[in-house]
Amino acid sequence: MLKTRIIPCLDVAEGRTVKGVNFVDLIDAGDPVEQARAYDAAGADELCFLDIKATHENRGTMFDLATRTAEQCFMPLTIGGGVRSPDDVRDLLLAGADKVSFNSAAVADPDVIARSADRFGSQCIVVAIDAKTIGHDADGKPNKWGIFTHGGRKAALDKDGNPIDAVEFAMLMEQKGAGEILLTSMDRDGTRAGFNLPLTRAISDAVHVPVIASGGVGNLDHLVEGVTEGGASAVLAASIFHFGDYTIREAKEHMAAAGIPMRLT
Amino acid sequence: MLTVIIDYDSGNLHSAEKAFQRMAAETHAGDVIVSTKPEDVARADRIVLPGDGAFPACRQQLSDHRGIYEALEQAVIKEGRPFMGICVGMQMLATISHEYQDTDGFDWVKGHVRKIAPEDPALKVPHMGWNDLVIDCAHPVLDGVTTGDHAYFVHSYHFVVDNSDERLAHCDYAGDITAIVGRDNMMGMQFHPEKSQAAGLRMIANFLTWTP
Repeated sequence: MLKTRIIPCLDVAEGRTVKGVNFVDLIDAGDPVEQARAYDAAGADELCFLDIKATHENRGTMFDLATRTAEQCFMPLTIGGGVRSPDDVRDLLLAGADKVSFNSAAVADPDVIARSADRFGSQCIVVAIDAKTIGHDADGKPNKWGIFTHGGRKAALDKDGNPIDAVEFAMLMEQKGAGEILLTSMDRDGTRAGFNLPLTRAISDAVHVPVIASGGVGNLDHLVEGVTEGGASAVLAASIFHFGDYTIREAKEHMAAAGIPMRLT
Repeated sequence: MLTVIIDYDSGNLHSAEKAFQRMAAETHAGDVIVSTKPEDVARADRIVLPGDGAFPACRQQLSDHRGIYEALEQAVIKEGRPFMGICVGMQMLATISHEYQDTDGFDWVKGHVRKIAPEDPALKVPHMGWNDLVIDCAHPVLDGVTTGDHAYFVHSYHFVVDNSDERLAHCDYAGDITAIVGRDNMMGMQFHPEKSQAAGLRMIANFLTWTP
């Protein structure tokens, strides 16, 4: 049976992890490769590096990180941030990434996903969608979400100047060949209030590809809800693991106890 | 001893290279190189065909790298050297793939590559993540790997083999998914051994010391 994945995510800038990471057993707390090794040993199912600056001159640093991580971590690695073209995908795959995540470039030109998926296969093309609630139903329940780009700073608009609907965009991305959707709730990111479950459910139900829930995890019940209520195939979290609030093992055991199939190794 | 990982503009080559190099060092299995050259395939003691991509594009790339298929066929079929295909590299062994269009494979292991269609419509495609293996046939490359060990899969198409003796392992995704195929000196893994932590590294080490 396929297991639900737990994916720790590291925000990286200029080759160093930003947003502190506070593992006791690390030699160098700011080195993403050290952190990757710790997560590998802890039984994480995948890893994600997000290059939050992603300027052109920093690309070499990211390639170097991917290479060094691949030398030591024999688990899947997704890299995102500043990915614009199929050639960027090729460069990251060659450096050591297993999957590559598009964000702003997919909004600006949805066909870049088709061109990349045709060349490398859907399985390594992830589309990261940053969504924010923009509408509610009569009961005040969120029912419409817009997408944001440029690290969540810019609302994405269609050619008529209207917000791009997150659910419709996710369906478009699947149609273009995305193999997975990394869905981050901008409303919840950093709040520790839990995933935006109506958003997660709406996207999970709308697409056939796996959805990774992200943004807002504060405790282990939130991880469970992301799967049972949100319908996510995987859960991504940063701070609850980085700061040692919970170990990967604790998270997996908690989710398994709630009836979710997990890989306990 | 030389193991050659074929680069045909497809695949997470660096992670495969690093995993094979690490296990080659541990098992004293010699050098591991990544190459596009038919002459390297011709002198290889062991050959790995990785793959991360769509079947037709990968097949086309193999044809475009002139002489590489011929070198592969000479080494694997005529000279019987150990061969491992990974993911799409494993699917290349099939008779035909139906990914996007009908494309001929090598026809080294009879069977078809078809879209995964789980009986449960709630199941997602690609089949992506860790799934537990069910070993169907004992094999030297699976030494130390047991039913219940997990491997990392990422694929939307799967290999349905004609001859059940050539399916060495499978996993369950609302139906059987072929995980490992093999016969004689060749084998293929649908999952990524280079990304499957301890169990994957074990299989790589076994392959590097396997004498069919």
